Parts: sequence; structure tokens; C-alpha cells
Amino acid sequence: RGGAGEMLAAAALVLLLAAAPGRAGAGQARGDALREELLLSPLPTGDLAATFQFRTRWDADLQQRGAVSHYRLFPKALGRLVAALGVRELHLALTQGFWRTRAWGQPPLQAPAGAELWVWFQPTVTDVDKAWKELSNILSGIFCASLNFIDSTNTVTPTASFKPLGLANGTDHHLLRYAVLPREVVCTENLTPWKKLLPCGSKAGLAVLLKAERLFYSSYHSQAVHIRPICRDASCLAVSWELRQTLTVVFDTFSSGQGKKDWSLFKMFSRTLTDACPLASESKVYVDISPKNKEKELLEVTPPPPSVHEAIVQGDKRTYAVYDLLNPSLFNTSRSLNVQLKWKRPQDSSELLTPVLHAHRYVSGYGLQTGEISTLIYNTHPYRAFPVILLETVPWYLRLYVHTLTIITKGKENKPSYIHYQPAQDRQRPHLLEMLIQLPANSITKITIQFERALLKWTEYPPDPNHGFYVGSSVLSALVPSVMAMKDVDVEQSPLFTSLFPSSDGSSYFVRMYTEPLLVNLPTPDFSMPYNVICLTCTVVAVCYGSFYNLLTRTFHVEEPSRGGLAKRLANIIRKFRGVPPL
Amino acid sequence: VCTSRFWFNYRHVANTLSVYRSVKRLGIPDSHIVLMLADDMACNPRNPKPATVFSHKNMELNVYGDDVEVDYRSYEVTVENFLRVLTGRIPPNTPRSKRLLSDDRSNILIYMTGHGGNGFLKFQDSEEITNVELADAFEQMWQKRRYNELLFIIDTCQGASMYERFYSPNIMALASSQVGEDSLSHQPDLGIGVHLMDRYTFYVLEFLEEIHPASQTNMNDLFQVCPKSLCVSTPGHRTDLFQRDPQSVLITDFFGSVRKVEITTETVSLDRDLAGFESKLPKDELATEPLKYAEQLPVAQIIHQKPKQKDWHPPGGFILGLWALIIMVFFKTYGIKHMKHIF
Repeated sequence: RGGAGEMLAAAALVLLLAAAPGRAGAGQARGDALREELLLSPLPTGDLAATFQFRTRWDADLQQRGAVSHYRLFPKALGRLVAALGVRELHLALTQGFWRTRAWGQPPLQAPAGAELWVWFQPTVTDVDKAWKELSNILSGIFCASLNFIDSTNTVTPTASFKPLGLANGTDHHLLRYAVLPREVVCTENLTPWKKLLPCGSKAGLAVLLKAERLFYSSYHSQAVHIRPICRDASCLAVSWELRQTLTVVFDTFSSGQGKKDWSLFKMFSRTLTDACPLASESKVYVDISPKNKEKELLEVTPPPPSVHEAIVQGDKRTYAVYDLLNPSLFNTSRSLNVQLKWKRPQDSSELLTPVLHAHRYVSGYGLQTGEISTLIYNTHPYRAFPVILLETVPWYLRLYVHTLTIITKGKENKPSYIHYQPAQDRQRPHLLEMLIQLPANSITKITIQFERALLKWTEYPPDPNHGFYVGSSVLSALVPSVMAMKDVDVEQSPLFTSLFPSSDGSSYFVRMYTEPLLVNLPTPDFSMPYNVICLTCTVVAVCYGSFYNLLTRTFHVEEPSRGGLAKRLANIIRKFRGVPPL
Repeated sequence: VCTSRFWFNYRHVANTLSVYRSVKRLGIPDSHIVLMLADDMACNPRNPKPATVFSHKNMELNVYGDDVEVDYRSYEVTVENFLRVLTGRIPPNTPRSKRLLSDDRSNILIYMTGHGGNGFLKFQDSEEITNVELADAFEQMWQKRRYNELLFIIDTCQGASMYERFYSPNIMALASSQVGEDSLSHQPDLGIGVHLMDRYTFYVLEFLEEIHPASQTNMNDLFQVCPKSLCVSTPGHRTDLFQRDPQSVLITDFFGSVRKVEITTETVSLDRDLAGFESKLPKDELATEPLKYAEQLPVAQIIHQKPKQKDWHPPGGFILGLWALIIMVFFKTYGIKHMKHIF
């Protein structure tokens, strides 16, 4: 074993030396390729969403033992993890902020606030819970996040949502685990290891724009890692592994834009692009210039884009300006690329389109005993109805009353076609509620359920219990009818943001949305009370009992007078002679 | 280790990050640093400049930087986790970055800051660690040979009380104030609205900024940092347990990572044979029929899904007691001979 390792290490050095000057090996049998892409989409409210995607695709089977020992573009930490723990699919997202679907439209890929981890394991894994615990601990070390807090109290096994996004040979939901940590904070310490997983790091290519000071000064920041097996080619007889690292940022007009709606790469990231990553086979910047009303364009992009790409994304035809960083003519005029977007005319509010599906969740009620969780789902399509799966995970300390669950659409009750409810066990399992609801056209569906707040043991409270307790976002998975039918596209030729979800038929597209997380106050004791009680009790005991004890047991004795000093004794002797009683 | 939570304890996080920054600058890699921050100040909603933590007013120096790895954060910073890291008794699944992988040739620097009192240090406003516990943890480390020499720096009120009880050899300790004195903060920043650093650590940071990996400054200079005129408290130190003379101990022994490198002029030639390497790998197994992706929302399949078969357990507890009572009452009333009516 040692000899083989030595030989492989030597061969690895040779490979590294051989591959360094050229592009990613397209001719090698075990090729891996990197594609990087940045999508700038202006949002209806004047903000701008920037989505980075880095996709490393490796034509090797990670699950085969002994097949892989040399890692080139695919990071070794994640490759070893997939092989050792029998992971089929891994999706980890760390998000700060909330995507406002009603104002901004459907996102390409949304994640809930906090940390979300969902994993499909291979059928060969015997103890899925043990592998899940090990996986969350290892990931907490890699990404500097508190994922080790994922345990049975916040893990669920969904039965209808979260179908695998990669190649699947049957979907036994016993192999799926889903957990969300809404309290997780995302900051530079999570971005640093994420950037280190990229083949070029943050030194070349699109990743030079990822500077923490600008990225976290935003309304929404989400970074994710997705690992899944995909078809190696059109015949789909062999498996390749794909690692996608996505980062979505929404820059706010008022905080980053200083009130003006004109955007440029320098204004957003305080940096411009100078070159592509030398290890990437494709490196492109897409700018969404779709006309909203099919009249004139309302966005002007400088420098003028060398090419324009049209694609059907989320059921609608969109136009993109494309800058290819591997094209040497792009850097002819200036050494750096600073894409600037200017609005040609101001937007009026009539142009703001509401998305077909959006949702809103809130908690109502008063006092610290009971409450109600309400979810409103809006279907704004004028004539098409479609189904949606709602997955709610509620922690055990909010005791749900399922008999109060009501689903009302247009004033009438709407019975779900499929409902799965798993009640919570105190301190062991959260509530899981999954429902498949048909949303009629142009309707608002309101789902309400009442709950009661539990009183925790005093050691179970976090150090800042008056902040409240978070309830994770609920997940809505839906097949939304598309405006324009989508054709089957070749994954390798189309931009990365079109191939996130495998598309089945063109009449509808799959979307996964998240609602707001909730912040709920539990009845919190006053933690200084033990000290107060001890002081008060001891005082009361000392004063009351002590006084009674004294009254009952104290006796008075006459004390012998003392002999006195010399003068007194002389006076007593004189008095004795006189026959007078002594002093 | 920063042990304080809440926004107004910004200065403790800035203290810890400035020491972290200095040791990284002097060469210690992240794999050899365990950084514990009890709260997140950089991305706190109250921070007017997100992803930054400043140590000097007018935002001169961002000690958070772009390359920071926090190992224990937020609720993970507890007395139990801290003692487990020191003594090495951690749960088996803990990743490497959260372990203190030291042996008997390692020099360890421990810097702690937060709110403290006479004999204790407060963790996250909910628990304390006492000087006795800390001394015992260091003794466990000594017995397990987890350190060669240990430098302990503490910046809290009455910090000298924390090192009074140490009894293991090879420990040198520094504190920012004596028993009965408070450590004071340095300067507030009106833009951020809180005090940015504590005085003792501010002057230690200034001192460390002048150290470079090859400097020969020794511990006696560190003891002179921050006299009473600058820090209003009196810093203290303890060297009786340390075997070497502080004059001969370099700052870089603890704060930096200085390695002895020997340069050789021999050449090593690598084997350029690549064909042999490729043929050794096993071929991929091809599937017989094309694999396909799963359908994301198979409505028909979901509706007709059979519910998960739960394993049948015999009834226990209340239900068993209830049925036993019913059956007992029945047989008491009607007698055993009526059993034939049931079976």
C-alpha cells in the first residue's frame, strides 16, 4: 500500500506539472472540467441579483473503491466525504436574509435563512442516522458552521418532497434526511473555506469578485454546495459527479447603490474582472436584458456585449448579454472588464409582475401560552391550477394541534390529496407535516394550525433566551405552468443556471420556494430567581424561625454581681462595720 | 477564546481577533489555531459595516479580514467545550479543526478575554469557569503530555486571580489587572457606538505589530507592555512555574511558528512515465440500460403512496393496564367458565 501511494504521489506531481499551463484536460480519460459563470439579473424593485456558479464535473465514479486517489479540480475534502459515508447527493446552503419573492420574482435557486442540509444516501448504507451525524460533524469542520447542532431534534425524513436532483435508481425516502438550523449566522468564516474549495481559489477568474466586505452588505446572501451524480453523456450509461458551488447576492439600491439604480461590477464588488480562471473550460458573464413589456429594452449595458443568448428559463423566454472571458478580444480595449448597467427610462409600478406562485407565513396570537401559524399561498395564474407540496418542520416545544389544521381556498375548505403528519416526541423529534394541495387558478390558500408553547427545563434555554426561538422556513415544491414550452437542451451547451433542476416536460417547470422563518417567544423564566430565592428564604428563615426559637428556648438567669474593684471592696468593708447592706 | 455574548461586548471579540491576526501574521496556520468566538459581531445586524471588526477608532484596522476561520462559534463556546478541547476528551465525531492536536513538544498559547471576577471567568452570561477548574485542566494536560510550554494570557477584570492556582510546571501567565482592579476599555468609536478594544490588549497588539518572525524580543519586553500610566490597572505576570528564564524565551516561541529549514543542493528526478499510472486504475462499470433522473413532483405516485409500515409493538403502559383491568373485572364478575363464550 505504501509503495502504491508513493507511486501515485509521484505520478500526481507529474500530472500537476503537465496540466498546469494548459486548459482542463478534455482529452483525458478521467477528465474533470470547471465551468464558471456569473449571472446579473436586475430585479423589478431596482435591486440587482448576482448569482455565481462554479461547476466542477468529474468523469469518475467516486463510489467505486480504489478508483479515485488523485484529486485535481474536485476538492479532496468533499470527494473523500462522498466516498467514505456513502453519500449519493448532498445539498448544503448557508443563507443570510430572505428572498422576497413577491417583490423580486422567482429566484433561480432559493435557500432558507440559516443553514439547510439535505442528503440522499446510497442504498448500501445500513445505519443512515449514524452516517448523517458523522456527515454533519465533518461538514461543520469544513465550513466553520455549527452544523454539529444537527441531531434528531431538528432532522426529519420527508416522504414526498426533496426528490433527488441527480441520477436516481428508485427513491426510498428512508435514505433521505433533511435538517435546517434557522439560527445559524453566515459570515466571512463560512465564505473563506467555501472559496478555498474552488480550483482557482479567489485569485483568478470570477472568484476575485468575492470580497466579504461587499458581499455581506446586502439584502440576501446565500452560498451553497451541491454534489450529485449526473449523466456522463447523452446515452447516460455512465455516471459523472458534479459539484456546484453557487453564491447568490442581492445588492440593495439604498445600502450598496447609494440610492441610484445604476449598477456596475465595480460598484457592487469594488473590483473588476481581469481574466478567466486558467483551469476553467468556460468562463462567462450573463446579464439579463429581457424586455419586460416586449417593447423596447429598458436596460443599457456597457461595454456592448459581444453576443446575445436567448433561453427559456422558468417557463419564460429571456434574453441575455454574454461576455466570454476566455475570448481574448474582450480585453482588447482595456485590461479589465467592468460591466455597467444603466436604466434607460424609469420603471413604473405597472410593469412589476407578480410571480405566479408566492407565499407568506406568519405567527399570530397573543400571550405566551398559545399561538397560530398561518401560511398564505398565492396562485396568481389567471387560468391554470397546479399542485404544491408544503413541508413544515416545527420544533417539539411548539405543540401543534392537528385537529385545528384548516386549509381554506376562496372561502371553501380545500382537502389535500396527500397528507403525512408525524407528531413530535419531546426532546427527540420535531413535528413533520407534508401536504399536497391543489391551488386553483387565481386564488389565495390559507393554511392555519394552532399550537401551544411548552415550558423547557431551565438548563435547556440558550444563553440569550429572550431573543426567542426560531421555527425553520417551510418548503413549497411546485410544478408551475410555464408561459412558453421548454425544449430539451443539452446540459453541456446551455448556461449553468438553466440546468439546475432536471426538466421532465416543457409545459411546467419545477420550483422550490421557502417561506419566512418565524421567531416565537417561549415562556422564559427569570434566571436570577434561584439566587433571589435563596437570599429571601434564608432571610425569612433566620428572622422568623430564629425569633421563635429564641422566644421558646431562651431562659433568663440572675447573674451574680461581680466582686468589683478595690475601691468598692474597701467601701463594702466600711459598710459591714457600719451594719449597712453592701453595694 | 472570547467568552462574551451581545453587541456591547464587541471589544472582547476585537481583542481575540487582534491576537488571532498577530499569530497568523507570524506564521501559525489555521490548522494550529482553535478560535472560539461566543457571538458574531461582524455580521451582527447592529454592525454598520458588515463583515468587519475594527480595533482602532476611525476604522483604521479591520482585524476580521478576509481569511478567518472560527472553530467554535456562538452557542458552542461553553465551559465544557473549552475544557474538552484542552484535555482532549472530545466526542469521536469532532472534526480535526476543532481539536487541539498537541503533543509533548508543542508550545501552546492560550488567550482568554471576557468578563471576570475574583477567581472566575464568565462564559456567555450563563456559566463560569473557576481558576481551580482551569488549573486542574492544565494539570491534566501536563499529565497527558499535551504541552511542552504554555503561555496563558487573560484580559478581564481581576485577571490575576485566574492564574493564582496553577500548579503544573512550564506555565507562564500574564494578566491585565490584579485582584481588586478592573480592566478598562480603550476607546469608543462613535460610528459603531461601542468600545472597540480593551486597553491591555490594545497595547499588546501595538507591541506585537512590531514583531516579525525573525525578531529576538523576549518575554521581559512583553511583561513591560502597558504600565499603569497607560492601562489604569496593573498588569501582572507569573513565572515561578516556568523552568527557563523569561529573558531567554523569545516571543516567537509562542506567537509565531518559526521552523528550522535546511537547504540542500541535491537534485531529485521524477519519473515521467504516465502510461503506467493510467492503466492501473480499474475501468468504470457501465450500466446496461440508461440511467435516468427522478421526477421532481410525481403527483400520481405521491397520492397513491402507501404509508410507511410502522413496526408493530405489543401494547405497553397505559393501554396494557387498561385492558388488564377490564379483563380482570370481567372474569371476576362472570367467572372463568364463561371463557368459552369468548374463544
